[in-house]
Amino acid sequence: MAFEGLAERLQGTLNKITGKGKINEADVKEMMREVRFALIEADVNLKVVKEFVKTVSERSVGQDVMKSLTPGQQVVKIVKDELTNLMGGEQNPIQFARKSPTVIMMVGLQGAGKTTTTGKLATVLRKKHNKKPLLVAADIYRPAAIQQLETLGKQITVPVFSMGTDQSPVEIARRAMEEAEREHNDVVIIDTAGRLHVDEVLMQELKDIRELTKPDEVFLVVDAMTGQDAVNVAKNFNETIGITGVILTKLDGDTRGGAALSIRSVTEKPIKFVGMGEKMDALEPFHPERMASRILGMGDVMSLIEKAQENVDEEKAKELEQKLRTQSFTLEDFLDQMQQVKKMGPLDEILKMMPGANKIKGLDNAKVDESQMGRVEAVIYSMTRAERENPDIINASRKKRIAVGSGTSIQEVNRLLKQFEEMKKMVKQMTSMQQKGKKKGKMPGFDSFFK
Amino acid sequence: MSFFKKLKEKITGTNETVTEKFKDGLTKTRESFTSKVNDLVSRFRVVDEEFFEELEEVLLQADVGFDTVMELIDLLKDEVKRKNIKDTTGMQTLISEKLVEIYNAGEEVSNELNIEEGRLNVILMVGVNGVGKTTTIGKMASRLQKEGKTVMLAAGDTFRAGAIDQLVVWGERTGVEVVRQAEGSDPAAVIFDAVKAAKKRNVDVLICDTAGRLQNKVNLMNELEKVHRIIGREIEGAPHEVLLALDATTGQNALIQAQTFNEATNVTGIVLTKLDGTAKGGIVLAIRSKLDIPVKFVGLGEGIDDLQPFDPEKYVYGLFADGLEMEDEDEEDEEGTEEDK
Repeated sequence: MAFEGLAERLQGTLNKITGKGKINEADVKEMMREVRFALIEADVNLKVVKEFVKTVSERSVGQDVMKSLTPGQQVVKIVKDELTNLMGGEQNPIQFARKSPTVIMMVGLQGAGKTTTTGKLATVLRKKHNKKPLLVAADIYRPAAIQQLETLGKQITVPVFSMGTDQSPVEIARRAMEEAEREHNDVVIIDTAGRLHVDEVLMQELKDIRELTKPDEVFLVVDAMTGQDAVNVAKNFNETIGITGVILTKLDGDTRGGAALSIRSVTEKPIKFVGMGEKMDALEPFHPERMASRILGMGDVMSLIEKAQENVDEEKAKELEQKLRTQSFTLEDFLDQMQQVKKMGPLDEILKMMPGANKIKGLDNAKVDESQMGRVEAVIYSMTRAERENPDIINASRKKRIAVGSGTSIQEVNRLLKQFEEMKKMVKQMTSMQQKGKKKGKMPGFDSFFK
Repeated sequence: MSFFKKLKEKITGTNETVTEKFKDGLTKTRESFTSKVNDLVSRFRVVDEEFFEELEEVLLQADVGFDTVMELIDLLKDEVKRKNIKDTTGMQTLISEKLVEIYNAGEEVSNELNIEEGRLNVILMVGVNGVGKTTTIGKMASRLQKEGKTVMLAAGDTFRAGAIDQLVVWGERTGVEVVRQAEGSDPAAVIFDAVKAAKKRNVDVLICDTAGRLQNKVNLMNELEKVHRIIGREIEGAPHEVLLALDATTGQNALIQAQTFNEATNVTGIVLTKLDGTAKGGIVLAIRSKLDIPVKFVGLGEGIDDLQPFDPEKYVYGLFADGLEMEDEDEEDEEGTEEDK
């Protein structure tokens, strides 16, 4: 996950101070020195680092912290608050025009991911906001940029307006607006060519498009791996054409994400979305607070719950809960559950959202093997319905059949059955415990399947 | 004679236009990085702890990275102590000298492409998304063609929408054949076909494009390993070059990219792209000193000819060019008194 390296270093530093009953200025100073290193290594802009360190230091040596009973935790809280502030406080939703169509312009350097993000944004708008977007191919410079957008449009069945590479981007934008009017598209997303922020001619072109289409949102698309220069790029684009928000891409890499921390504080423009994968639905709203708590290893339960709500069928979940309580949980249900979890995204990403997950031994570098999940599925699929309902009937010859049918080995079948038994036992313990407290822990021991 | 004069003469003597290209391409870099150093030198008349602290910040802002900055600062401090330097004039020269020194500290590796006459040379291009792999391939094809080689391209990026078309357009521009299959097909199969075709047609160089992938995606890195393996199986000793394209604006993550791609495919060289737009590319120093992978080419613009072989001395010269010329003029006046460094 992004931020991992930063998270690791910050947590290490903060752990040293959390439990302390007394903190003096020297402690804070020592800690902030390490925080400074961690932030610089994460590509956070140097000026931003300095400011951050200064604010946190000042607040940490304040009277109320020093005198509180848990000064260590207070300091951690201050760091979290300031991190959140740095990234912009509240989540900032997309602004729609009062009168359709809403116009969105995508700008940025070459290779930041504008075209891909345009496709993703259209997907989000259609699925979550019920909009009918029109994509505009205004990148006439890069070879095959128009084909790229057209292919994406086909993939997500969203119309793409293009006029080849002979018309000027401004003209293309103008005609696209007319087209949107005719076809009643309520959102127009203009994909512009990547350009250097120092290229005056091309920047003028953006200004012209902006002038003409009066966009409601101008999104600067920034590669999350950008180094110290990220703020200059953002500042330049903001000063020349005026941006309304930032979309950070490639955040599913292992970047330490310094750009995310710097851009907002320099441009005062919010990060609105983050790109989290190569698939067309991998664009998520950016929540500064949640990100801060992920960086500090406090997990991100809110996002986890949202993801679950989006992807998990509530009826099924209730049914499952009932089954868990009555001990009638079968392999069939297990398969179901597994598929639901899979829908939520890559497993290791999900695990990282759980508070304290980073402290589970070995989990931090355990690459959760999704193909292992496939094998488990294959084994279950190779069982008859009766076997799935009642695994006890699986004898040696059945096992052999299942192993052959699923392309696995008898050992693997055995292991799955054993783990399933153990899980059932654990569920039993859990449910009896939960009769008192009414919080449900759905799949205890689930992750042990995929290690 | 000063280090810079030597450098300048060495460079300008060989190829004026290329040096100009470097100078132009690095305008942005020079403006931010060099003017900061110059500013620093003129503000501090004396070399002291504070001077080093500010220098450290300038370097950090150029994405040089913490460890390498520390190493450089230590080197400088030693040198200053040894030579008993008190005055900041001439510090630019010292800094650039040490920069080149750090760059050249690793094993001696050639900046040249490993291309031999009389065999099929295979170049594999790898990197994360959006760094400019396909564009670099287009430029490189044109370059090699001008050197009189026959070139073939393999459209191995079957994942990203429009990637194949993009390479085909470059193929048309340069008049080079592109081996391709439908989008979504197995990249290893495309490369396999391309190698066969290249053998049959007796081309000199086959350049293979691959889809951009983030280095932490295990499956995708495995796929790349497979592509690498297949090329090696078809031609012994191939690929002769594995070039990692790195975006010059990338920060410290570039180091991790270089490490991971190196593990998967044995990277033989780096192409630093988009150097014209950035204030830095300082990360190449870190990569060179930690991983011993040389930068072989730099992308200095969007034109077909804007791919240039990398020369660390030229790079440093490009960084300091303006400041140096001034210093040079000063020096010429006192030529007799200046001792050789």
